[in-house]
This record gives sequence, C-alpha cells and structure tokens, in this order.
Amino acid sequence: MPYIPHTPDDVAEMLAVIGAQRIEDLFEEIPSVLKTASLSQVPPALSEMEIGRLMAERAACDGRPLSFLGAGAYEHHIPAPVWAIATRGEFYSAYTPYQAEASQGTLQLIYEYQSMMCALTAMEVSNASLYDGASALAESCLMAVRANRATNSRRVLVPRSVNPTYLQVAQAIAGNQNIRFETVEFDRERGNTLVDALRRYDGSDVTALVVQQPNFFGVLEDVDELADWARANKALLIGVVNPTSLGILKPPGQWGRLVDGKHGADIVCGEGQPLGVPLSSGGPYFGFMTTRMQYVRQMPGRIVGRTLDTEGRPGFTLTLQAREQHIRRAKANSNICTNQGLTVTAATIYMSLLGAQGLARVADMSAARTQDLVAALTAIPGVRQTFSGQRFHEAVLTLDRPVAPVLAALAERGIFGGVDLSERFPELGHAMLVCATETKTEADIGGYASALGELLRLPLTARGAA
Amino acid sequence: MSDIPSDLKYTKSHEWVRPLPSNQVEIGITDHAQAALGDLVFVDVPELGRRLKAGEACAVVESVKAASDIYSPVDGTVVASNSALASSPELVNQAPYAGGWLIRIQVDAGAAAPSLLDAADYARLLADEAH
Repeated sequence: MPYIPHTPDDVAEMLAVIGAQRIEDLFEEIPSVLKTASLSQVPPALSEMEIGRLMAERAACDGRPLSFLGAGAYEHHIPAPVWAIATRGEFYSAYTPYQAEASQGTLQLIYEYQSMMCALTAMEVSNASLYDGASALAESCLMAVRANRATNSRRVLVPRSVNPTYLQVAQAIAGNQNIRFETVEFDRERGNTLVDALRRYDGSDVTALVVQQPNFFGVLEDVDELADWARANKALLIGVVNPTSLGILKPPGQWGRLVDGKHGADIVCGEGQPLGVPLSSGGPYFGFMTTRMQYVRQMPGRIVGRTLDTEGRPGFTLTLQAREQHIRRAKANSNICTNQGLTVTAATIYMSLLGAQGLARVADMSAARTQDLVAALTAIPGVRQTFSGQRFHEAVLTLDRPVAPVLAALAERGIFGGVDLSERFPELGHAMLVCATETKTEADIGGYASALGELLRLPLTARGAA
Repeated sequence: MSDIPSDLKYTKSHEWVRPLPSNQVEIGITDHAQAALGDLVFVDVPELGRRLKAGEACAVVESVKAASDIYSPVDGTVVASNSALASSPELVNQAPYAGGWLIRIQVDAGAAAPSLLDAADYARLLADEAH
C-alpha cells in the first residue's frame, strides 16, 4: 500500500467541498479549555541526517549486554526469514488498511494468525491482536464483566503471582469502570497460588479469576485445580499464558475437568513478543486474545473471517465490526481495539517456520537452559532458590545481600543478571528473577556464574550492602 | 409502508409496547426499525430479574452494519426474554410484532404511567422523520 501524503492543494480542495476555511475549523466543537495552546515541550524538527546521528548515538548506549532478563519479555532466536519477509513492502504497515477488503493479503495473514492462536491456546476464536500482554489482560477483565451474566460483583481475583505490571495496567485501564481487583496471596514455599487461598471466596460472587501460566515467578500453577474452582464458583477463568510455553504445556482450552462437555479457560490472553518480535527496549509488541465462540460478541477488537464472494470464490473480510468504536462510539466494546499488524505479521511467519515441533524445541531448550542456570548460580555460596515449585524458563533466586548493587556491578561487566524483585515483593527479601532461553550457551551461563561468584565473595559490607 | 398495528403503543426510539395482564408489558422493535437496521445477526437481551428504569438501555440489536440500543419504556423488572432470538435473530426482521418480541417486563407497582405514542402518533412521527 503506498503512502500518499496530501498536498496543500488537496487540503484546500477538500476544505472547499465541505465549506471550511481552515483545518482548525474542523475541531471547533471541542471546547477551547480542552485544547492545548502550544506544544512547547516538543522540540523543533530535526533533519534526517541529524535524527540518524542522534538515534545511532542512543542505540550505541545499549551496548551488547548478555541478558538474563525475563519478567514478561524474552530474548529468543528469530530466524532470519521472519523479518526479511515481514518488512516486504506488501506487509510493512502497522495497520489494517481502512478499506480492509481491498487488501486480501493482509486479511489472509491475520486470518492465518487467528487460526494459529486458536490452535496454540486450544480455544475457538481469536481476535486480530491487541497492543500488548498487559492491556490484553485489562481488556480480558472488561470482557469478563460483560460476558459473565451469572454475577453482579464486578470482582476480579488476581493472584499476586500474576505479573505485577499487568495488574497495574489493568487497574489503570479498567479501574475507573467499577471493576474491583482483589489480590490473592501465593504460597511462600512453592511460589504458586493454591486453591486454599481462594477458599474464602467459596460460594461468593466472583466475576473472574485470573491465572497466569507459567506465573510471574516462572513457577507452574496447578491450572486444573484453579480452573475447577472457577467453574464451581461461576467465575470466568482468564488464562494469561506465554505462547512459547504452549509448545510443551497443556493449552488453556484444556485446563480443568470436563463438566457438561466443557472445560478450560473462558478467555485467554498474553504477550505475543516471544513469537519472533525483538526485545527492542520494550516495544512495539502485541497482545493476543482468544475465547469461546459463545463470548465472541463480547470480545474487543477486530476479527477477520473467511467467506465466499458473490461469485462463490473464497475471500477474507473484517467481521463483527458493529461493536467497534467507529460504529458504537462510547458504547464500543473497547476503545483500544486496534491491532498490531507488523508484529503480528512477524509472529505468523515465526510460527509458520517453527511449526509445533520447532516451538516445542524452543520451549524445551529454554526450560533446560534455565535449569542449568539455576544449578550454576545456586552452587555459589550466598545464592539459593526461593521457590520449590516446578518451573518453566524463569526462576526466583535469593541472595545473601541487597540485589540492586549486585545487578549494577554485573551490568558494569556487560551482564544483565536479572530483575530485582525486592521493591515489588519485599517479603521475599533479596530476591531476583532470572531467565535463560535457548539463546544462552553453556559458556554464557558459566560466565555469569563466575562473575556473580566473584562479586559475592566480597565481604557483605564492601559492596554497598546499604 | 411500514406496518404499525393499532393495538400497540410506541416510543419515539422505535420500540413497541404491548400491555399484558397483571401489569406486565412486552416490548420489541417496530417494523420501521427492523427495516432501517437491515438483517439482524445478533440480539442481546438482559438477564431475568434485572431491574430497569424507564429510558435505560436494556438490550442491543445488531445487524451487519450497526448495533443499536433498546430502551426500556417503563420502570420494572425483566420477567421473560425471547430465547429463540439467540439462534434465530432474523425473527425480528420476519415478525417484529410476534415471534420477534424481545422481553417482558413486570412494571413496578405505583410507577408513573409512561408517556407512549399510539399508532396514529407513531405514524406521524415516521412521516415527520421521512421529511
């Protein structure tokens, strides 16, 4: 699709047709108090050459760190064809075109993406994607309130083992819509959420229960028991999943016991970045969402469907648009119902190239690397594993001293050693979250272990134990 | 020319209201409304027992090109909804005053009588809107 800017003549012609003098006249109905008089904080424009230099300087600040960070965004190998294909001119756009059906290729790609997400999560229907994993959870909570007619409480239970950033985003987006988020404690020994912690809600009005698998600590939840609890208490189950892990873990559509021919999560969402999208300082990523067919009309965002044209030929079309904001305005299901076209393109190509077996290998190797990492690090005096629960490709480790100075010293050596949890989870003490994916070699893990070993051999007081 | 049965009452927002015994009413959308919306693909009715205020949005009818709210003409409680619409929303297009009814409401005792249009008034409203 070509990008065709409007010339001043085009603009004048269009204004003449509708009888407006200036573009500003089109915004007249917005009260002046709501308009900003100037954009003084926006710096003046730079030339292409200046911008290129500035960006090169900023990029150089990243260096080439050896990263053991996870906590929601994961460094995976991205096969070269993924972005070679995704950046072809035909695909290279962040958006679904406005005259959507004119772009059959784009629609077909989204249709294939939706089919893959349904297969991966074992759910019946997928939307065309959302902004990111955190906002997908917020949208899932809003959707659960619309979909669960059996309850009135608008109460959503969120275990503290769910990514705390996701909860923060969900509160920011959905908190003003009368949704009550209530947190549930995790088991301090195992690091996951036990059904016992939900017992005080037995028989009470709960709209939805959120379960993250693997959870924020990398520990596996007993998803079957939690799913059964939700079903028994008429709460919808929202599964937050890492798509890579679904290469080897039971898909959310199959969680829990079959009751009346039905089981599994009601809404599934998560962060799509691990599927072929680079870390790139935090974005753009994409969120995914799948659900049961019975809730499809409560799902935000757009869906591409396959149909036949008037001559009986197969084609693709945007469907269920009537609830989107360009038609429903303030009453739309969601007002952030766009999709992330470019990163979804990369993810679709990534999944096509890897296939189910490839994805399972990535998942297996990542889990094995993290196993090696935990073994190497916990062999160091002063490092122990925090939780005993089974894990996927992340683990919480407890140090014998404050984490922040240790991580800072590691960063000086070019190693991003983990995510400091002591502010979010003070009860865990000097805890950090570490991750190794298939991208980490034995030598990488050995290098990290020896650097950490050296740092921890220093007496506790020498390295700012403050 | 749209069908406007003389035994029903109407609202300005194109719902029809049929008085039933025991102070209940049945509501639906008019022939004019279904024609304007086009083929319906989904009807979202409220759960039984829901309390409604007159003028409150209580249901949604959705066609391929638009989704419109249905407003309760009275204060009351939802006592029945048309379950056939879940699988056959086209009933609203085919028989808006019969098989395509939406919900029945038990009107609150002592609620003020709603201001509704009779068939002649509603026909005039449509004529005015057409101009």
